[in-house]
Amino acid sequence: MNAAAAEVASTRGAIRARGLRKVFGKLVAVDHVDLDVPSGQVYGFLGPNGSGKTTTIRMLCGLLTPSAGEVEVLGLRIPQQAEALRSRIGYMTQKFSLFDDLSVLENLEFIAAIQGIPRGQTGARVDELIARYGFGDRRNQLAGTMSGGWKQRLALACAVIHEPELLFLDEPTSAVDPESRREFWENLFELADAGATILVSTHLMDEAERCHRLAVLDRGRLVADGTPAELTGALAGRTLVIETDEPRRVRGTLQSLSGVLSVVQVGNTLRVLMQEAADAGRTEQRIDHALGQAGHRAQVSAVPPNLEDVFVVATRGGADERTRAA
Amino acid sequence: MNWRRMWAIVVKELRQLRRDRMSLGMIIGIPLLQLVLFGYAINTDVRGIAAGIADEANTSASRALVMDMLATEVVAPVATADTPQQLMAMIRRGEISVGIVIPPDFERRRHDGRPVAQVLVDGSDTAVQAAAAQLARVPVDSATPDMRAPLRSTPPTGAISVVGFYNPERRSAVSIVPGLIGVILTMTMVLFTGIAIVRERERGNMELLIATPLTSTELMIGKVLPYIAIGLVQVSVILAVGLWLFQVPVRGGLLDVFVVAGLLIVANLALGLMISTRARSQFQAMQMTFFVFLPSILLSGFMFPFAGMPKVAQWLAEVLPLTHFVRLIRGVMLRGAGLREMWPEALALSIFIVLMMAAAILRFRKRLD
Repeated sequence: MNAAAAEVASTRGAIRARGLRKVFGKLVAVDHVDLDVPSGQVYGFLGPNGSGKTTTIRMLCGLLTPSAGEVEVLGLRIPQQAEALRSRIGYMTQKFSLFDDLSVLENLEFIAAIQGIPRGQTGARVDELIARYGFGDRRNQLAGTMSGGWKQRLALACAVIHEPELLFLDEPTSAVDPESRREFWENLFELADAGATILVSTHLMDEAERCHRLAVLDRGRLVADGTPAELTGALAGRTLVIETDEPRRVRGTLQSLSGVLSVVQVGNTLRVLMQEAADAGRTEQRIDHALGQAGHRAQVSAVPPNLEDVFVVATRGGADERTRAA
Repeated sequence: MNWRRMWAIVVKELRQLRRDRMSLGMIIGIPLLQLVLFGYAINTDVRGIAAGIADEANTSASRALVMDMLATEVVAPVATADTPQQLMAMIRRGEISVGIVIPPDFERRRHDGRPVAQVLVDGSDTAVQAAAAQLARVPVDSATPDMRAPLRSTPPTGAISVVGFYNPERRSAVSIVPGLIGVILTMTMVLFTGIAIVRERERGNMELLIATPLTSTELMIGKVLPYIAIGLVQVSVILAVGLWLFQVPVRGGLLDVFVVAGLLIVANLALGLMISTRARSQFQAMQMTFFVFLPSILLSGFMFPFAGMPKVAQWLAEVLPLTHFVRLIRGVMLRGAGLREMWPEALALSIFIVLMMAAAILRFRKRLD
């Protein structure tokens, strides 16, 4: 991509979707999703299983035809211009989709040919990827015999073999141990630094926190989007931690109080998420007072909100609670 | 059409096949198994039919006639009787299938030139009936509407001449092996490509492939090419073993044999691809393959004579590639015909190929919905 093209892409954004919708029979898998993914960033799709992450990604790649809505990816109208898009994107499917009965080297060579890398350049490119992703002594190992972490690495190597401008990664780390996950994310940032736009879906909060921006999906709807800081910042003053010897009983009391959205037990502490209220500043005292009246011995303190809180608010709060950071 | 991408599919298929022991075994195993099965076990040459003999004349000439009949080995004597009635009873009871009757006035009949012997045949088995006809020359009198076979005259010389063209010994292997090439190719080739695309869809590979610039045509042709080579290997194996075990002749050009086989291979591969674009699972592809395989075996003329089938079955058979192949290969291998003489059959196969391939390419969508 030359500089001028990069300029155009960054001003227009890599992906723009309006009113995106997909219906399978009676099931509404994706419902009126508006999306703007800026170029050169790692953009996250956060949502539980069945929230429409995969369906959305498939529509953005042109693999599924939207039931309604408009999509523009890298300046191309999708699905009409999907063929032109193919060579400019990399797609890593949720399920390992390379060939189990081909070796690492054979898989890379195959994808290189399919992606139209000239024969003369294939050897060098494949060697480069084998070195970068550490496949040195595994180059002749059959893909099917490798562990989840190595398979994901191979899938990523194959997805980027033609140096795509835009990468779609559908839950890339779902079958991977934490160590491999960390490495995988290092690789993603490396690719983003090199100028690629990355759209990655996940249901893991710690991964979502590492994205430049993210969209929270729930039951096919986009319920929140923004940078992680914007999303958590919007919940300031609404999260409390309560230390107590009798967490089960305190939890019962809390759940009967008005304004409490969720209570989650973490060891001997309770993490409490409050509904939006006008007197947000005095939430801490109000809860402390209520617990004292109920005869509980508990220590209440405010804590900064995290993405899990964002997720709970976005999915349980209803329409009035929709968090939309600019 | 990008040759590099298409070739990448070919190489990938061959590499995968090399590691798939089961399929690899099938390539050689199925032809050998079927060849031996059809060549040896399924034998339409009828030999040693149980026969009863009632020689009411019992002269040296009548005994010589009986010995001549037995010398054909078509019948094997298991019982003797005094009267034709006793033979009829034995046939009815299923103890014998053929009764040979020499009447008491054998010598006088021989002198007068009248029919000298009767062959009673159990008509309930057509194979037996056909075989027993070898015992006598085609009679002049018409069939009686009885379950018994008609009276047949045998000249006292006992010469039994059944003239067969191209397969004078009437060995079934000779007529079966050429058609068997087609049956084996139909069974293996349709299955190979039939599961080729469904399998990749089931394993998830297809979602990756359709998100790349690979086109339907490149994918389809790339999937067909390696199996053409494999099909030709199968043909060579069948020919070699057919020649070695059954002395099946190749009277026409060997090149013609391979060209004809090549046509059937591509036709079946294209049919398989078509199935693969329709089937939802490998199991369904398998079912659809057998749905095509069964009528192919039954209607193509491989097992039963084409002429004897009802009109509707004949029309249906004309659509099946195996029908045209059986005609072609018998022509080339047994009658020494050239491909040029049989061009309409070759054309029919070519049309089938073009239609199926086009249908498969058009049906395959680079979409998940």
